[in-house]
Amino acid sequence: MKALAVVTLLLAAPLAAQTALPRLAYTQLRDHDQERQARALMETLRCVVCQGQSIADSDADMAGEMRALVRQRIARGEAPEAVRSWLIARYGDYVSYAPPLRAATLPLWLAPLALLALGAWLARATFRRR
Amino acid sequence: MKRWLVWLPLCAFGIIVAVIAWGLWQPADRTVRSALVGRPLPDFVLPAIAPGKPGLASADFRQGSPRLLNVFASWCVPCVAEAPQLLTLKAAGVPIDAIAIKDTPGDVAAFLRRNGDPYARVGADAHSRVQLALGSSGVPETFVVDGKGVIRAQHVGDIRAEDVPELLQALADAK
Amino acid sequence: MTAETGLAALWLAAALAALQVLLGVIALRRNMPQAVGAIRAVAIVQGALAAIAMGALIRAFLDTDLSVVLVAANSHSMKPWLYKFAGAWGNHEGSMLLWVTILGVAGAAVAKFEHRLAQPTLVATLAAQAAIALGFYAFLLFASNPFARLSPPPPDGAGLNPLLQDPGLAFHPPTLYAGYVGLSVAFSFAVGALVTRDVGPMFARAMRPWVLAAWIFLTLGITAGSYWAYYELGWGGWWFWDPVENASLMPWLAATALLHSVTVLATRDGLRAWTVMLAVVAFSMSMIGTFLVRSGILTSVHAFAVDPRRGSFILVLLLLYIGGALALFGARVGSVRQGKLFEPFSREGSLVANNLLLTVILGIVLIGTFYPIIAAAFDIQLSVGPPFFDSTAGPIALLLVAIMAAGPLLRWRRDEAEALIQRSFPAIAAALFAGVGVFLLGGPIGVLPLAGVALAAGLAVASVAPLAKRNLARAPLHLWGMVIAHLGIAVSLAGMAISTAYTQETLLAVGVGDPARIAGYTVRLEGVRPLVSDNWSALEGRLAVTDESGTRFVLRPQVRYFTTPVTTTNESAIATMWNGQLYTVLGALGDDGRWQLRLWWKPFVTLIWLGGAMIAIGGALSLVGHQYRLWRTKQRAEAFA
Repeated sequence: MKALAVVTLLLAAPLAAQTALPRLAYTQLRDHDQERQARALMETLRCVVCQGQSIADSDADMAGEMRALVRQRIARGEAPEAVRSWLIARYGDYVSYAPPLRAATLPLWLAPLALLALGAWLARATFRRR
Repeated sequence: MKRWLVWLPLCAFGIIVAVIAWGLWQPADRTVRSALVGRPLPDFVLPAIAPGKPGLASADFRQGSPRLLNVFASWCVPCVAEAPQLLTLKAAGVPIDAIAIKDTPGDVAAFLRRNGDPYARVGADAHSRVQLALGSSGVPETFVVDGKGVIRAQHVGDIRAEDVPELLQALADAK
Repeated sequence: MTAETGLAALWLAAALAALQVLLGVIALRRNMPQAVGAIRAVAIVQGALAAIAMGALIRAFLDTDLSVVLVAANSHSMKPWLYKFAGAWGNHEGSMLLWVTILGVAGAAVAKFEHRLAQPTLVATLAAQAAIALGFYAFLLFASNPFARLSPPPPDGAGLNPLLQDPGLAFHPPTLYAGYVGLSVAFSFAVGALVTRDVGPMFARAMRPWVLAAWIFLTLGITAGSYWAYYELGWGGWWFWDPVENASLMPWLAATALLHSVTVLATRDGLRAWTVMLAVVAFSMSMIGTFLVRSGILTSVHAFAVDPRRGSFILVLLLLYIGGALALFGARVGSVRQGKLFEPFSREGSLVANNLLLTVILGIVLIGTFYPIIAAAFDIQLSVGPPFFDSTAGPIALLLVAIMAAGPLLRWRRDEAEALIQRSFPAIAAALFAGVGVFLLGGPIGVLPLAGVALAAGLAVASVAPLAKRNLARAPLHLWGMVIAHLGIAVSLAGMAISTAYTQETLLAVGVGDPARIAGYTVRLEGVRPLVSDNWSALEGRLAVTDESGTRFVLRPQVRYFTTPVTTTNESAIATMWNGQLYTVLGALGDDGRWQLRLWWKPFVTLIWLGGAMIAIGGALSLVGHQYRLWRTKQRAEAFA
């Protein structure tokens, strides 16, 4: 039975990349502050090959490479937002879970304020005037 | 309460239905395209990986005539499927360079032996660094690069027979 | 034969639903509310038939009857018993059948147990419920037949998605669906009341227990789903603002608002139109949510059993039901007499604010979820994720928590600011104490988590305040319900804030025998061994963990390889301590012979789900308390008579 298990394991190994993922895909930066910055950034970057996961939550190879890239750039002293811009320049806004503020996203960012205002105005009608 | 206000929920729902209907009948193109189309290739220098072929650098694309840049890997199944189309393009006189993603020399050599070898140069991108710099999200992908090193078009996924004329047209436009 | 029995039951149920609608319309037209007896009977039989159809499908899955297409496509003879059973709804057709079954059963329950609602309104309500059921029966029969046969049957089935092969599948979808679809009762009540123009405190009292029951299930379903995703996806996240999660959150927000507005309507005869609106919106959100999940319009990690082809059918149903109800609302609500007006500074004032903020959060989630589709229509690709929702819905939710703390301390009708400040002094002190304490002792913390900890402490104290100076044994059960539910929010919020701020992470590659350290624990990989089960094989790591006091225990995370279909999953191994969880995941084997290991220390993370359970328990106490009081009143009335 054990032999069978091992054979199944070998067969089940998906057709995947021939080279291992870089170390930083699955290990942390030594510097705690930098790692914290990298982690926070990774949570807001979208894995471009997954079904709606951040690169911080994905086992996809591509997500691993992106994590390594983020960590390397942060370790080199780049600001997290500079790394985000670098990726947006290559993959478009899609790659960032934080929609950058521009004409196309203005309605999105204004919606919460508009809803609050509308709600307050509606609620006023249910109150007795003093 | 204002009269028109009671119709507001219905209007909001109308918008939701319109959005859903749009999403349903015009399914959004989910392919993530590179934002670099129309911009120069990022700078890179990649070591050789295929037997008897030089590695690849961005400078190789600034030699005056358009070339194809194929991003592939020996472990990728659709890359096998597009191999005949790449050979057709090569036969039509199109110069093709490649970047092998996360690959080993032995595997690349075997892949080229089995599926034909359309490439002039092959660079090894062991950790997808150049792939990420290109805004490429998978293998295979093919970029049309003009003689000044500017990316003019991107094809995501394997090249089917019906895509060949399109690519030839893009190459002609890039002249 | 099982499949044919199921199909026949489904057709009969559909026919009875049609009859139920017809009877309802005739009874309302001819003004013969006495027909209600017949309609009740039809509704009960219809619900029973739907349940029989579901039972037949479960039977086919348990028997692995491969001549049924659905079983062949989604099951496998080697699958453990539990997943054959729960696998019945781990696919598109089966989950839709479960949905419709709950719809039918909910209608039957109303027919059997509802005796407070005015008869004409009850007739209209049952007709509306049957009309909804009819559409979804038609959807099943014409576009998603779960009982279709396959000839010849294949030698074995294709298997169930391995991510779903978890005890969670037996619990999470049925509870969540009971919540989603249970809200249909509130929807039908609202439609019924709009038809008969009878919206008032009696209507609210009749509707309240139905809303509460659905809300309890919804709360349980979301809580269970969150914990399932937490341990199954293998990265320690418990909420991703993913479209499917948002789809379950939106009906919950609407139902929570409804639960409070219905109380205002029942006790103070206010918020009439608003309550009716919320009842319509809550179930509309359930339907839109189900649709989002089923259609695959939005990408999600949790979207299983996706099928875009049937989307148009459901869209038409949505258009008919939601559009119809909202049009009826627009046409009729003008004739619903305006409810009473309130003083802003009062219990009902705080409930209005609660409703307003819940609805604003609902709107934000709705817009944020749909925005990528809207943008795609203009050829813009973008993603809306956690940073957007956290920064917009987060602060509003915290404001809501502050109002939640103050609400129960306020008097009905009219109150004074000074009195409130005096009454909430202990809560304010607790919030300041917790906030300052965490800030000084806990290490660096973000603004939102810090505010979360402080508000959680304040809310916890404020929640139990209504019990202060009362004889606890004599405090009514529904008051206990409110206290525990509000306390549950505080507990959950504390868990979210603390685990977000102070989670520790260690990611590394270790050889066998190497120690790894995290949060005072030493974790040593002692070995990895292969393992086989019915339908998967696995590599299991043996992690020896030692804590600071020298206590040792073993954790066994696995990498599982499923054969049908071929998939790899990470099975995390979690140790639960009083003050948090140690979460371990075994990763891949590297070229250098070392194993990747992912370790997290998540302080007080369990409070998140404990709080969720408390919210549901509070709801249940309130439900039982109200019903008990009703029963007692009835008993007394009979004793006097």
